[in-house]
Amino acid sequence: DKHPKWVEILDAKTKDKLCFLDKVEPNATIGEIKSMFHKSHPQWYPARQSIRLDPKGKSLKDEDVLQHLPVGTTATFYFRDLGAQISWVTVFLTEYTGPLVIYLMFYFRVPFIYASKYDFTTSKHWVVHLACMCHSFHYVKRLLETLFVHRFSHGTMPLRNIFKNCTYYWGFAAWMAYYINHPLYTPPIYGEQQIRLALIIFLFCQIGNFSIHIALRNLRPPGSKTRKIPYPTKNPFTWIFLLVSCPNYTYELGSWLGFTLMTQCLPVAFFTLVGFVQMTVWAKGKHRSYLKEFRDYPPLRSPILPFIL
Amino acid sequence: MASSEEDGTVEEKENNNKKRTKSALVTAWLTFYNIAMTAGWLVLAITMMRFYIQRGTHKGLYRSIARTLKFFQTFALVEVRLTFVGIVKTSVIVNGVQVCSRIFMVWFVTNSIRQIQNEESVILFLVVWTVMEISRYSYYTFSLLHHLPYFIKWARYNFFIVLYPLGVAGELLTIYAALPFVRRSGMYSMRLPNKYNVSFDYYYCLIIVMLSYIPLFPQLYLHMLRQRRRVLHGEVIVEKDE
Repeated sequence: DKHPKWVEILDAKTKDKLCFLDKVEPNATIGEIKSMFHKSHPQWYPARQSIRLDPKGKSLKDEDVLQHLPVGTTATFYFRDLGAQISWVTVFLTEYTGPLVIYLMFYFRVPFIYASKYDFTTSKHWVVHLACMCHSFHYVKRLLETLFVHRFSHGTMPLRNIFKNCTYYWGFAAWMAYYINHPLYTPPIYGEQQIRLALIIFLFCQIGNFSIHIALRNLRPPGSKTRKIPYPTKNPFTWIFLLVSCPNYTYELGSWLGFTLMTQCLPVAFFTLVGFVQMTVWAKGKHRSYLKEFRDYPPLRSPILPFIL
Repeated sequence: MASSEEDGTVEEKENNNKKRTKSALVTAWLTFYNIAMTAGWLVLAITMMRFYIQRGTHKGLYRSIARTLKFFQTFALVEVRLTFVGIVKTSVIVNGVQVCSRIFMVWFVTNSIRQIQNEESVILFLVVWTVMEISRYSYYTFSLLHHLPYFIKWARYNFFIVLYPLGVAGELLTIYAALPFVRRSGMYSMRLPNKYNVSFDYYYCLIIVMLSYIPLFPQLYLHMLRQRRRVLHGEVIVEKDE
């Protein structure tokens, strides 16, 4: 069927006719149709358009081709505005730069945080310096991974997410940093032994987390959106894939447990707990979608904690 | 705050299917729960009235009903579970916020800070809560029994217009009265240095709680106003169908 089609786009809620396109090539993609719709409605750039066959149905993908969809000579689509969008990269960079800078402000005891006699002094406990290095390393690693490692399957997310996410990351960073760098900070009870063990756990999990991110990146060639089951590679840190679907979250939990042990600070423990709850929710969702998509998905794997969760 | 309208309608369909299968048992349990809660708050109301009539003063009134109040108000936590599971079709967040603020007042303000138990503001919110809860639970009870007298519906959706702000006033005045005692005793607070490397000042926590009424109260009030328009006047707030 090589005849050009007509495309009409209706508002999903009010059913008003928003746009009528004639002579659309049957091999046009939804992405191209979104661009054409954007021309007639400049305020709705393609990223904020949700185009579906049914007003309450799922969004069609940009790659879907018009002639492969269940439509006649006139294709009727329903449009929903997803709201202002912002790119994932922008969100990640903002939400990770905040904690990096904020923690350092507390570390250097910038004025108006602690009593003025402590301005620009440094802590006398060496664990406080170590904690600053670890925390900063963690967020620098995240920033570099955002720029060079991660391959995002979605380009954008709703704008309000950046406020929510930044409040979370920046707020917790300030809360933790306040106590760790406080003049009245109490170092860990078991001293050097505790700190050394904590550092080993932290570094081990940072390397592990990075290994998983590299392994996931290599699963997907540049520009493609194919989905494959991740498997252990030659890197021993990826062998955890035998037991867990989302080892990046497992290692992330481990890193923060290490940091909690290192600083012996209740706000850090709280942050670790909240993060763990959120990551478990994400891991379970990812695990479920793996199971749905792949018949031969390894049965031994758990979402985030081997055999437990 | 609540989920979008579209999510609501899909959820309702799913809930209707679930309800058909477990319907009878759940309804029976819910009816029993609401009857019990109506009875509980009625007992509270009667005890309060008797105390005042016999003694002529409100001093000591709180102590006389404290245990009953704590029991029935805490039991309301059950409702949060019910809204979460979808058996009761109120927004989880709205119900959750209301129950939390009640539990907070009862356990962390009036229960712990004895010196304010004879304040007039305590009587104010107690009276408000009692009237609202009696009308609310009797409304649920009669709805479940499919025999709802109009005046109960009227009461539930009109009393709040005056009672909500009065209740908030009572609660805020009580917390405000408690502040000096909290500061002096340093209760529920933790100072540095300590081995957990954390600090907590209950005094400032109470101030933050008071400030949080500013964004939260209008939302709850407007929610009830919307419900009122929908239930009493049959106004459809959801988007128009063809």
